Amino acid sequence: MAEIRWLEVLVTGPMTTVQDLGRPGRGDLGVGRSGAADRGALRLANRLLANPEGAAGLEVTMGGLQVRAHGHLLVALSGAPCPATVTDAAGRTRGAGHHAVECLPDGATLRLGVPRHGLRTYLAVRGGLDVPAVLGSRATDIMAGVGPERPAPGSVLPVGPPPEMYPVVELAPVPTPHPGEPVLDILPGPRDDWFAPEALRTLCAEPYEVTVDSNRVGMRLRGPRLERLREGELPPEGMVPGALQVPPSGQPTLFLADHPVTGGYPVIAVVRTRDVDRAAQARPGQRIRFRLSRPERR
Amino acid sequence: MNPRFRQCGDSAVLVELDGVEEVLALYDALAADPPNGVTDLLPAARTLLVRFERPAQREAVQSAILRARPAYGGRAAGGEVVVPVVYDGADLADVAALTGLSEREVVEAHTGTAWTVAFSGFAPGFGYLVGGDPRLAVPRRTESRVRVPAGAVALAAGFSAVYPRESPGGWQLIGRAEITVWDLAADPPALLRPGMRVRFAEAGATGANPAAPGTTRGTNPGATGAARPAEAGRG
Repeated sequence: MAEIRWLEVLVTGPMTTVQDLGRPGRGDLGVGRSGAADRGALRLANRLLANPEGAAGLEVTMGGLQVRAHGHLLVALSGAPCPATVTDAAGRTRGAGHHAVECLPDGATLRLGVPRHGLRTYLAVRGGLDVPAVLGSRATDIMAGVGPERPAPGSVLPVGPPPEMYPVVELAPVPTPHPGEPVLDILPGPRDDWFAPEALRTLCAEPYEVTVDSNRVGMRLRGPRLERLREGELPPEGMVPGALQVPPSGQPTLFLADHPVTGGYPVIAVVRTRDVDRAAQARPGQRIRFRLSRPERR
Repeated sequence: MNPRFRQCGDSAVLVELDGVEEVLALYDALAADPPNGVTDLLPAARTLLVRFERPAQREAVQSAILRARPAYGGRAAGGEVVVPVVYDGADLADVAALTGLSEREVVEAHTGTAWTVAFSGFAPGFGYLVGGDPRLAVPRRTESRVRVPAGAVALAAGFSAVYPRESPGGWQLIGRAEITVWDLAADPPALLRPGMRVRFAEAGATGANPAAPGTTRGTNPGATGAARPAEAGRG
């Protein structure tokens, strides 16, 4: 019989949710995929621990999380780097690394500060968080209101049995989120023909500011207005993460993990999949740039 | 069928079709035999969004869509649901004014023909119903409501719908359903899924079903076989 292990949540910070890689294929129920906003970051933290890439972990927005280990745990942090410390049961404190395998002995407390840049930090645990799945996933979809209960002080997050494989590296030397103006590659369409011919050039000419009106559903952007050519409503159609949907205001919204399944405003362009993760790390107030990218070679 | 492809980022294609029937026919064909790499199929009013795993799969996925044999009428197996409704919605008088019908005629038009769930969106379990009486095509309200109660039966832009949960909403409210359409404890949690036929019945109306309010209302529609037919035609 395996040892029973869990994480006790002491403090959540501004916003902490349980996330995995989401629930694909449920659009017929009106439920989107959801999952980690920076999917690459959650995958990396899981790989460091030899977990399956889609094991559930915590997505921590703007740091501030404090958790205590019950039982001996191996953890890894990824995404937005923030100062982190581990205080053991005897009160001794040490620093904890980023993109690294860290030990949390029984009774130890992990504390995250505020990230210097980037927005979302991921905490993965070897064995994964074993909270009950909803519609086949442990992702928290804030738009659909589907997923595990939101962690709160006192929450108990059970940890699953460790996988058979063992971690093979202790550190992943990968770049952390961009502190300046990240450049995101976009592909035109599906509704670029609803806009004035120069709208795509306008979109790529000047940076757009990420406004405070941003969350896991999407980021409202502020910048040059994108002029519509066609008026009227678009019948609802399917949306994807990275879609730049343009309401009548002409100011685009960049959809993230919990975007609505369908939308009725035209999408002028879509951010490339690999760059959606980087978009999810842009903070309110930060500026982002778009660059027109070529489609795949035939 | 004449599918047109619109690029939708590097891992999806938006397939444009002529109408809801074609969308559902192609959706059924692809759901029954999903092309390699396809992760999501999302039917909507005139489009089917097909998402795949890797950008390099685009060409193969598009060829598979062109080769698919649309399955017209296959969705009839989706079953029929009867939704009992109390027609006392806040916008019933407005709908009557907009359509030139009396309130009674609006109710008769809404219950008179069967609707079909074309697709879901807006919220979990929110099914867009098509194929009802064309006289009921009314626009959205000019101002949307901050709170529409769960179970509200509504009309807009040629569609009808039942709000699955309390949410904001801009549709015209004509009544309230005496049945739960979204229940996470049920499997599947959505009562109204693409392809299903939906018939609205006036709750407690004489002749429809003498015991209607007592037998058709339920907190768990999954418990009644008639209201929750077996899952059919899903890939």
